[in-house]
Amino acid sequence: MRSNTFKTLLLGAAFIGAGAVAASAGTLDEVKAKGFVQCGVNGAGLAGFGAPDDAGNWTGLDVDACRAVAAAVFGDPSKVKYTGLSAKERFTALQSKEIDMLARNSTNTMSRDTQLGITFTGVNYYDGQGFMVKKALGVSSAKDLNGASVCVQSGTTTELNLADYFKSNGMTFNAVVFEKQEEADAAYDAGRCDAYTTDASGLYSIRLKMTNPDDSIVLPEIISKEPLGPAVRQGDDQWESIVRWSHYAMLIAEEFGVTQANVDEMKKSENPEVQRLLGVGEGVDFGTPIGLTKDWAYNIIKGVGNYGESFERNVGEGSPLKIARGLNALWTKGGLQYAPPIR
Amino acid sequence: MTLRDKTVDETPRSWVRAVLYDATIRGWVFQGLVLLGLILFAVWVIHNTAANLRAANIPFGFDFLNMRAGFDISQKPIDYTLDSSHAQAFKVGLLNTIIVSVLGIILATIIGFVVGISRLSNNWLLARAATVYVETLRNIPLLLQLLFWYKAVLSVLPGPRQGYALPLSINLSNRGLTMPRPIAGEGFEIVMWSVPVAVALAWAMARWAKRRQAATGQSFPVFRASLGLVIGLPLGIFLALGAPLSFEIPELKGFNFAGGMVVHPELIAMLLGISLYTATFIAETVRAGILAVSAGQSEAAFSLGLRPRQTMRLIVVPQAMRVIIPPLTSQYLNLTKNSSLALAIGYPDLVAVFAGSTLNITGHAIEVIAITMAVYLALSLITAALMNWFNARVALVER
Ligand SMILES: N[C@@H](CCC(=O)N[C@@H](CS)C(=O)NCC(=O)O)C(=O)O
Repeated sequence: MRSNTFKTLLLGAAFIGAGAVAASAGTLDEVKAKGFVQCGVNGAGLAGFGAPDDAGNWTGLDVDACRAVAAAVFGDPSKVKYTGLSAKERFTALQSKEIDMLARNSTNTMSRDTQLGITFTGVNYYDGQGFMVKKALGVSSAKDLNGASVCVQSGTTTELNLADYFKSNGMTFNAVVFEKQEEADAAYDAGRCDAYTTDASGLYSIRLKMTNPDDSIVLPEIISKEPLGPAVRQGDDQWESIVRWSHYAMLIAEEFGVTQANVDEMKKSENPEVQRLLGVGEGVDFGTPIGLTKDWAYNIIKGVGNYGESFERNVGEGSPLKIARGLNALWTKGGLQYAPPIR
Repeated sequence: MTLRDKTVDETPRSWVRAVLYDATIRGWVFQGLVLLGLILFAVWVIHNTAANLRAANIPFGFDFLNMRAGFDISQKPIDYTLDSSHAQAFKVGLLNTIIVSVLGIILATIIGFVVGISRLSNNWLLARAATVYVETLRNIPLLLQLLFWYKAVLSVLPGPRQGYALPLSINLSNRGLTMPRPIAGEGFEIVMWSVPVAVALAWAMARWAKRRQAATGQSFPVFRASLGLVIGLPLGIFLALGAPLSFEIPELKGFNFAGGMVVHPELIAMLLGISLYTATFIAETVRAGILAVSAGQSEAAFSLGLRPRQTMRLIVVPQAMRVIIPPLTSQYLNLTKNSSLALAIGYPDLVAVFAGSTLNITGHAIEVIAITMAVYLALSLITAALMNWFNARVALVER
């Protein structure tokens, strides 16, 4: 709360200043001038999405979204500074210009997209909400949770989905709401609640943090749609395009087999879509119109890799989470990840 | 009006001079100008904020208070369902803040007075124990203490199915203290009303006894008599009406208790943390207040034949109160504001519910924080006003 009040006061200060703020155009120029992208990521550290590793470097799928933008702008994915944000702080931080973009397992919802002065640029992870319970309860379905105490973090879509789910199934519950994820985790661990609920992706990494992970199981039900993705402030179309197309570039690269390792070789490819992606050929330049250089996407793939590589490294087989691609497979493989063509 | 008295010379020039140099008029004019300036500034701030928020596509206004809240609150002193509005959620949060603050103030005051007096005790062990308590707890940040107590409460208490069954269907587990919920039957209001009546009677009796003692020197067992009155009168009426009260007994259903009423572990931990912490400051205030009363006062009382307890109650404490009450007020204000740390341990106070869930769901950060700050300001002003009134009545009666 303390920090959130502070952020709100900052927000207040930003909006009280004399004269109307020139609609926030010019984020790209500001970013170029300061030399880095200020990116809002998960404050508690959500393994696989946004968390500092043992050496203190931020890694994760969301972190790669920040790195991709830095690579597109500067040709160097390391030109990012991170701000760890709790569920409550994140949108205020974006509104008050404390950060240039938000990539923090945040669900795109209508009210967030339309009433907060922010815009979601895409979906870098299709998720859904689930439940975790202590094995000892002998519960095997969320439908058996009537009367349960449920630990949940405030300021999330989770808090509202939980209420909807119990109500629509005619069940009662008691929500124990915490501001910080660590506190909710600890209370569940100490037995305060029968169940813990959050995005399925989060459940797995949170379960691993419990004193005895094997005492808990994740129930099969997925009770909501949680399209997680990066967001920017409304009113700066150029910056919005850069963030949106940084994600698309990674998808297109995966679709056409362009990887971090073979991207230089791929510059010789005869495939016109690959040539447009990498800015190869006379007059092939999709970067300059959005304030970047023609090799913007080349820099992303060289620096961060394609979407599939980022997925495997952070949350897939190459990570402790071992999450299957599922909905996050490319559309060509039966999933939902689909990028418009570069033309 | 002051004009006419002063003027000797009725020419227009000196009339202007008189107005310009009149201290009263000048005072009013300047105050008016300052007030006007403040109002203009406030209008400018609000207008600018609204305009800039609009430019950034962030809606501004208070309509969101009527929208459906859709989230659950664990402690609901008044009716609240998932279909209630954010305004109702605000009321629940506010009441929860008041509950924890009032209970905290009562507990902290009792503990603080006991410890403060103990620190001055001739009993070495007692005085030392009080010192250690004060010096330890007031030097550890409150947030850490709250987290500690919450963790302690949760780890000491067993799950609901293994909870400690206490008499009267009371059960203590890590889901809280579950107890039967009283359900008022017909005529129970009369019993409720008899309580303030009994209190008023006791008060009148105390006054009468005091006057009689002043006049005749005869003493009267006021304490025992008023206790009897305050308990006896409602109890008598209650029994005469045929005990119109039933209880809803909590039952273990599924994996939790259903029915009855619960004091959640969050409230227990909050009260432990906040009152033990604030009590250390109150203890110091009390000690300082007592030390401020010169030793000659007690000596004089002893030589008049008053016993130590009487000396304390009749001579020392009333004089010490003058020194104690002003800083005590600050401690009450601190406690109320510190109760906003509740959200760290999941207690649904105003900050957690309104400046937490509502703020995030509606996105109206500026409006919500403004309302919340106004509420804390109002609570503080009310507390301060009550304490000032109390101070004026009790502590400063000089003869
Ligand atoms: N996707 C949901 C929930 C996101 C969320 O905040 N999840 C929690 C639990 S996995 C979290 O990341 N907390 C970390 C923090 O607040 O620092 C939303 O956007 O509201």
